[in-house]
Amino acid sequence: MKNYDKLLNDLAPREFNKKGILWVVFLVLVIIAGLIAYIDQIIKGQEVTHLRDYMLWGVYISNFVYFVATSFVGAIAVAILRLTGNEWRTPIVRIAEIITVAAIIMAGITIIIDMARPDRLLNLFVHARIQSPITWDVFIIPTFMTVAILLLFIPLIPDLALLKNYFKDKKPKMSKLYGFFAINWKGSAKQKSILAKSIKVVATLIIPVGIILQTIDAWLFSTTYRVGWDSSSLAPYFIAGAAVAGVGALVAVIYVVRKSLKLEEYITDMHFEKMGRLLALTCMIYLYFTINEYFLPLITAKKDEALHLETLFTGHYATLFWIVTIGGLVLPIIILLFKNGRKPKTMFIISLVVVVTSWWKRFIIVTPTLLHPFLPIQGVPESWHEYYPSFHEWIITFATLAMALLIITLLVRYLPVIPIQRTADEQEANENKSKVVS
Amino acid sequence: MEEQNKNPRRNFLDKGLKLGLAAVVGGLGISKLTSKLNAHTDGETVELMTADGTLIQVDSSEVHEVEHHHDTGDKYNVRQGIPNRKFVMVIDLAKCKNALACQSACNKHHYITGDNAWLKVYKMQETKDTAPYWMPTTCQHCDQPACVTVCPVGATFKREDGLVLIDNERCVGCRFCMAACPYSIRVFNWGEPNQEVTLNIDLTGHQHTPEHQGHHSIKGTVDKCDFCPHAVQENKLPHCVTACPNGVFYFGDKYEDTVTNGEETLRFSKLLKDKAGYRLMEGLGTEPSVYYLPPVNRLVEFEDGLENYNEFKSVDKGEES
Repeated sequence: MKNYDKLLNDLAPREFNKKGILWVVFLVLVIIAGLIAYIDQIIKGQEVTHLRDYMLWGVYISNFVYFVATSFVGAIAVAILRLTGNEWRTPIVRIAEIITVAAIIMAGITIIIDMARPDRLLNLFVHARIQSPITWDVFIIPTFMTVAILLLFIPLIPDLALLKNYFKDKKPKMSKLYGFFAINWKGSAKQKSILAKSIKVVATLIIPVGIILQTIDAWLFSTTYRVGWDSSSLAPYFIAGAAVAGVGALVAVIYVVRKSLKLEEYITDMHFEKMGRLLALTCMIYLYFTINEYFLPLITAKKDEALHLETLFTGHYATLFWIVTIGGLVLPIIILLFKNGRKPKTMFIISLVVVVTSWWKRFIIVTPTLLHPFLPIQGVPESWHEYYPSFHEWIITFATLAMALLIITLLVRYLPVIPIQRTADEQEANENKSKVVS
Repeated sequence: MEEQNKNPRRNFLDKGLKLGLAAVVGGLGISKLTSKLNAHTDGETVELMTADGTLIQVDSSEVHEVEHHHDTGDKYNVRQGIPNRKFVMVIDLAKCKNALACQSACNKHHYITGDNAWLKVYKMQETKDTAPYWMPTTCQHCDQPACVTVCPVGATFKREDGLVLIDNERCVGCRFCMAACPYSIRVFNWGEPNQEVTLNIDLTGHQHTPEHQGHHSIKGTVDKCDFCPHAVQENKLPHCVTACPNGVFYFGDKYEDTVTNGEETLRFSKLLKDKAGYRLMEGLGTEPSVYYLPPVNRLVEFEDGLENYNEFKSVDKGEES
């Protein structure tokens, strides 16, 4: 039991320091600005955006795709590392679950922001038509959200019970709240076996549900005739990209959490080393798909497709495309191949680059295609031939990103980011092992 | 069990009644039939013209008034369409010189206030060495419409008479249909259409109907060419057809096998056969209802159309006459 005291002291949620408060205030301000911009968009209509009849989906949709992609991290870090029996995952799984919950909630909100008639949201259920990929999305996003929340919540229950006792005298109110969510956890053998089974079910479930989510997200695009979207490998391409975006986000958040909560003892350099390998692997898989998606078609590209590729390789979107491909994929792979490249600080910088380029990657999946329709763009104002998001679009997009960060921040603030009970169990098991050995 | 045993009498009565009813109905039918068979010719004949144009004589007793399908109002379901019709359009590229009368008529009658006309006349040239030509495009009213497939709420729908229409009261504004349409034909109301203000039309008490797109347009929903069923109901042709000074547009019914541009009425199948009609992007399998006749033997110079060509404008907003 002594172990718990130290663990609880180290890992129990702590109040924000000055920096933390400043950070939250900043996020809230950005969100308020976005909210004002969104209300303005509702009143005036989407003419406040730079979306037009040709550029009919823009930064909202690419932002949505980004959130969906990032939410995949839960499926990877939790389930795949679990399936492959990687014991080192313990201190990072909860952070991955937190990112997943935040990302999928924001994905749901972002897609509604893109709807021009959010007041008719219920039509999606009342008049639902099953052959539309959007209807599939309407089903899979809440499903994934439920599984993600369960995956965060169920393993949390023993920790909540611990926190209830820990805060009993210090903060009775918080203690009560933790107690409420601990749903009478006593740690009995029966409870433990139910918990273990439940975790197993949810952790297994999130893999297929996560893969279906990414797939449907890709099908939103690949079920159209559009050049650049009409690809049979778009779904696996999206899954590979989601792994990159998700693991990138995970590394970045882990670094910040470790630093601000001083968890160096629990999240060690070894973890970054392992995460570095994982990130390198995901980047390599994504690079493989990128080559299949963009470079192989060069050989047989039809006229429209050749034009599309040209705008990416040498045309209007070339700078962005090469930054995203070289900076966001090739360079990270090269750096991560070296042992020194997998040190925490380097990893942090790489992960930030990966996160930012992952976001822009979605932008250049959505945008160039729409500006190359089959019939020429004629008879519309000159400004419709290009797309730069409007002020409203940027503010609203930043607000959604801020909201995701706020959800992560608050969950990190109020939940033990490192599973206390499991760490204790593992420590005990290790001690027993060493006793046996000695 | 008891009940069943008690009831043979009732059963007998029941069956007897049914049998009697059947006999009466049958008898009536037979008497009708015999009267038909016995109908004698009274010698009077009338001259009629058949569908392929030859005159024939028919006994007047054989002449019955055709029951008209009522093309109006609430007689049919708006989502099902006008019964026994299949609307088609033929666009003769050989005659088009970009007069744009079609476009202004369409803009006017659909009260378009946006920047993107529903009917576009594209300046086309496949390659440097091939001839340039003008290509008007309306909604293709595909039989395999990509837009209808992807719509999550059935706001855009396909009717039995061939039309693809939009219920703007239901549209959620996701724009998936616009992404799906390979002909880039759909137009979005990004802001308030402001038709009352811009065009000074009175919409008080006016109900939106999918059969007259744009009257009125609704913010945050999709609009497009509707093939003017509101005009068809009044036995009129779509506005672009009547407006065109060069008779480029032929509108008609595939089942009747006729199309007309207002001046001449032609056999639809023969026209396609004689002039090698084709459809846009046939390879996609969208099965459009709009057919094109190639721009051959043109009577007009392509260059004549350049005068009207404006790459960046398709709706004349300032022009209030």
